[in-house]
Amino acid sequence: MTALQIVFLIAAAFTLLSALLVVTRPNLVHASLWLIASLAGVAVLFVLLEAGFLAAVQVVIYIGAIAILIIFAVMLTRRVMSDSGPQVNRNWWGAALSALLIFGGLLGLFSQVPAVGSAFPAAIANADGLLEDLGRSLVDVNRYVLPFEVASVLLLAAMIGAIVIARPAAREEGEE
Amino acid sequence: MSDPFGQIGQFFLNLLTGLGVEAGLASFLLKVAGAAALATGCLFSTFFLIWAERKLLARLQDRLGPNRTGPFGMLQTIADFAKLVTKELIFPSGVDRPVFLLAPLLVVMSVVGIWAVVPFAPRFIASDVNVGVLYVVSVGSIGTLGIMLAGWSSNNKYALLGAFRTVAQLVSYEVPMVLVMLVPVMLSGSMGMVAIVEQQRSMWFVVLAPIAFILFYITSLAENGRAPFDLMEAESEIATGYNVEYSGLMFGMFFVAEFLHAFTIGALATTLFLGGWLGPGVDRYPLLGLVYFLGKSAVIWWSIIWVRMSLPRIRIDQMLALNWKFLTPLALGVVVVTAVADKVGPAGTLGRTAVQLVGNGVVLAFTLLALRAYAARLRNRPTLATPPAASTSLGAPAQ
Repeated sequence: MTALQIVFLIAAAFTLLSALLVVTRPNLVHASLWLIASLAGVAVLFVLLEAGFLAAVQVVIYIGAIAILIIFAVMLTRRVMSDSGPQVNRNWWGAALSALLIFGGLLGLFSQVPAVGSAFPAAIANADGLLEDLGRSLVDVNRYVLPFEVASVLLLAAMIGAIVIARPAAREEGEE
Repeated sequence: MSDPFGQIGQFFLNLLTGLGVEAGLASFLLKVAGAAALATGCLFSTFFLIWAERKLLARLQDRLGPNRTGPFGMLQTIADFAKLVTKELIFPSGVDRPVFLLAPLLVVMSVVGIWAVVPFAPRFIASDVNVGVLYVVSVGSIGTLGIMLAGWSSNNKYALLGAFRTVAQLVSYEVPMVLVMLVPVMLSGSMGMVAIVEQQRSMWFVVLAPIAFILFYITSLAENGRAPFDLMEAESEIATGYNVEYSGLMFGMFFVAEFLHAFTIGALATTLFLGGWLGPGVDRYPLLGLVYFLGKSAVIWWSIIWVRMSLPRIRIDQMLALNWKFLTPLALGVVVVTAVADKVGPAGTLGRTAVQLVGNGVVLAFTLLALRAYAARLRNRPTLATPPAASTSLGAPAQ
């Protein structure tokens, strides 16, 4: 077993264990911390796949932005330290079933990938070129420029909506 | 002596393989040892940094500073460290123990982690990842998480207030900082730190993008949480904020992270804007690059201390207004102008510099005009009739 495989096994086990703890911890802040740990484990897996860009983006977006937002929201929730309600409700079997279905579907999809049968993943020859290709394809008219622009318009709409909601109405200001 | 750092690595690799270790495992072990050596070196350098900073602060305030322990008081930090290590780690009642312990580790990790992609000299870099700038941003965001967890797990209202202020400040100032970090990326056409340094051979980026450099400097000050942006640990308001419940070595870790971060800002500014290890004669003697790099970083670091001693703390509404109404729009403008000027301008060094400088001049002129209009509007505001106590809480001047 090579060092790479050992690191992979550790990272994968860590990711799965953290993911399990996310849904089983009674304390909400601890659950969100385990979520961060799980996402960090995914970032390590990206590094092992020589996808440094995706790993950095994973940390910036999921840990730097989304997880902090979740923790912030949890912190502002009342009585979060003493919150120890039941961990599951009546619909737990539905959630388990859909998770199982998604897992099965993904497994079926990945088994179609030609590289699955090979003994050891081959090293990528030109990782920098792949990153440049990703950047170019996002602004290429023939490839993904339309989804890219639609996503940015969606984000802009969300941002404007947030500002509109947060903005106090002009009348209320006078009443205070 | 053309490649001393490569030779050192080769020597250790030969040593390990000579001892009968398999080649793949040997290089893996060497990488682990290198990472450990770099991180330990960074942390040990704070012994010197803290002493030097205290000495500089003292001189700026017309004091002597530490001068009892060792020559010039140089052993003062070591004595302080020994004191911190031997102190008891106090866990106040109601703290969230694992989170309380984890928070200082995350804060230190986020600062030390940045040094993994800092190029000290030619071929002297821990890891030249091709997304170095993005890596710096991502590792830096972990520090925010650590500070927030420290404030929350302390079970103390001042700590929590400090944590809220921290989130407001660090998350806000990250926006213009990331935007202006795009400028060197665009100018060099790469996110790798070594490529960014190499592209500055013809001209340092501080000449091509002076406004971006100043914006990076200001936002980095805010990310460090130093005066004038030290309202997340304002002693007189919230009793040092997020780390109020920490004692002993755990408090020392926050302390170390803050002092090391100040020098890290110098290193990042040097790499992105001041040409990194570039300088005369660096191609013949790579060790000279280390001297240039540390010298340039020390100049920036010294100016940070100077600012810290000179400016008073700003209010929280001023802090947010400065960021969202001034720095962020300006950073967006600089990014757009740099991109356009780089695309339409000529390719040669002189022509490129001239076009970028004209672009920066246009941005500067518009900024000054906008500031003038803003100041005029403030002067003509009809709030003078109301008592001053009522008007201070509303839209205060940001600049």
